[in-house]
Amino acid sequence: MRPVHVVEGRAVPLGRNDVDTDQIIPSEWLKRVERTGFGRGLFSEWRDDPDFVLNRPEHAGATILLGAERFGTGSSREHAVWALLDYGFEAVVASSFGDIFANNAGKQGLVIVRLEAGALAELVALVTGDPARHVVIDVERLLVEVPDAAWHHAFDLDPMTRERLLEGWDDIGLSLRHEAEITAYEDRHAGETPVARLAAR
Amino acid sequence: MAGRTLYDKLFDEHVVATPSGEPTLLYIDLHLVHEVTSPQAFDGLRLNGRRVRRPDRTLATADHNVPTDPPSVPVADPVSRRQLEVLEENCAEFGVTLYPRGDANQGIVHVIGPELGVSQPGMTIVCGDSHTSTHGALGALAFGIGTSEVEHVLATQTLPQQRARTMAVTVEGRLAPGVGAKDLVLAIIGRLGTGGGAGHVIEYRGEAIRDLSMEGRMTVCNMSIEAGARAGLIAVDETTIEYLRGRPGVPEGAAFDEAAARWRTYVSDDDAAFDVEVVIDASALSPRVTWGTNPAQVVPLDGVVPSPEDAGSPEERDAIERALAYMGLTPGTPLREVGVDVVFIGSCTNSRLEDLRAAAAVVEGRTVAPGVRALVVPGSHRVKAAAEAEGLDRVFAAAGFEWREPGCSMCLGMNPDQLRPGQRCASTSNRNFEGRQGRGGRTHLVSPAVAAATAVAGRFAAPAEVAP
Repeated sequence: MRPVHVVEGRAVPLGRNDVDTDQIIPSEWLKRVERTGFGRGLFSEWRDDPDFVLNRPEHAGATILLGAERFGTGSSREHAVWALLDYGFEAVVASSFGDIFANNAGKQGLVIVRLEAGALAELVALVTGDPARHVVIDVERLLVEVPDAAWHHAFDLDPMTRERLLEGWDDIGLSLRHEAEITAYEDRHAGETPVARLAAR
Repeated sequence: MAGRTLYDKLFDEHVVATPSGEPTLLYIDLHLVHEVTSPQAFDGLRLNGRRVRRPDRTLATADHNVPTDPPSVPVADPVSRRQLEVLEENCAEFGVTLYPRGDANQGIVHVIGPELGVSQPGMTIVCGDSHTSTHGALGALAFGIGTSEVEHVLATQTLPQQRARTMAVTVEGRLAPGVGAKDLVLAIIGRLGTGGGAGHVIEYRGEAIRDLSMEGRMTVCNMSIEAGARAGLIAVDETTIEYLRGRPGVPEGAAFDEAAARWRTYVSDDDAAFDVEVVIDASALSPRVTWGTNPAQVVPLDGVVPSPEDAGSPEERDAIERALAYMGLTPGTPLREVGVDVVFIGSCTNSRLEDLRAAAAVVEGRTVAPGVRALVVPGSHRVKAAAEAEGLDRVFAAAGFEWREPGCSMCLGMNPDQLRPGQRCASTSNRNFEGRQGRGGRTHLVSPAVAAATAVAGRFAAPAEVAP
């Protein structure tokens, strides 16, 4: 994973509560065996509507998506994260997230920013007033900033996720530092597994 | 010392390491794999020169993409076909046991794990699928993961995990006749909302839960994620033990008794405290139907389509208006007056033998309403064979239902079983999201019995309403 220190650029207000991962990337896109190319499928059913916010020219090239309550509920498909990244988003700001989505995002370097509803509404108002506004998400200082409006708000990120983003760590590598403990655990729980029993029949 | 919850026991037993300032490293006993969320994970292993650490703790099947035509019919969609082939290639290369399309053990991953006896009490179970919560019905800690985590488990057989908060959902009293596990879980989701369980593991308790069969318990745990909870749990009891006895992955004789004695310890202690407690009165529940575009937008079958005027906030009003527009519904319309085009009986929520029996009992001697397409997709080949041995296939066929081959099918429309734009479907599946069953399709979640009665009536109906 590449390290992420700061995400900056334009932000798009999506609005809607309960944006499930079926909306972010419909299932017809899940047949692919590659990890790339999902950006075209991002919100593909909503993008059929010419008035959909992502189709508006003033939001072209945005790097930050502003959601609302419970962004990314539903299916565990990491394809939702790949689609957001492939489209060009580097961060999603919302007041709450689906647990699996947020977890997947952390593994791929998509920055997840939880802002309480009041602060999120202020940010949405700023961006709605001027879509070209420059928004900065600072992972080191845990701040969302709109410099030209002198607006900023702190956000929380668990220390491990922050560290992983800043360092670009590979989770598997981190876990394999515990190889000796994993092997010791397996030795304590040795014996025929149900899968082995089944395969032997 | 205060007692521990079942979740705490499961978590504590699987701790491999507790690195300072990092999440706990948990051991994963069973990793279930399917074609959709695994190809990029196997690719990651190859790129990094890694192997599957424990093929004997990994089991794969093809379910999401498979057509429900007989296995002799080739997979027409080249992209789906390629994904199924890639699963076969990956499993062969990495030594993973696979039940491909047509295999006697193939089926929906959350149906075959329990029925083969590989999902067992006390285990940690993961799968790249959010409905992995199903296996919690057996007293196992089971949750869905993304593809990066699939790769992580393939490589290390562990996952870094923060301890979740605990929620007890206690269902007091007894369900009325004609009210089942699906109605119960839809009512629970309606109460908790789509995010009420976020950050929590739910343990379902109480008389109505203990009274459920294992299959009903799986239906309840299956939909935990629709309330935002990654996992649902039900304590082990004699229903659990008897369900497991004789299954292929389970030991026999004295070894079974030994295992059962251990399994019986997977219950919350009497004095265990939960972070959140919710109590539901089972006796007050009636059959449920969703009207909107998330599973918490649910009303009694006896009810009406809600109005934006009922909203408690501007955001909720907006959500109701958006859902009504998508669903093509008018506020105040009785659900019983809403007609359907398609009835789907299947999915990891409701495709087990008990579900098919419940639906067949309603349709026996009756016929599907004119203009309605009705299909039954058994959850696995084993379910299909058992149902056929009882003659359920003939009951469905005589009534005008299609009797199809196992898979996820119209639950998510990755195979050719899809709704067309504007079609309305009574579905026993788990998600009524926009476009879930096909672009522009309108999904209403119901129990197998209500789905069957609806197929006969051509509109939403309870079993008692459809005359032979």
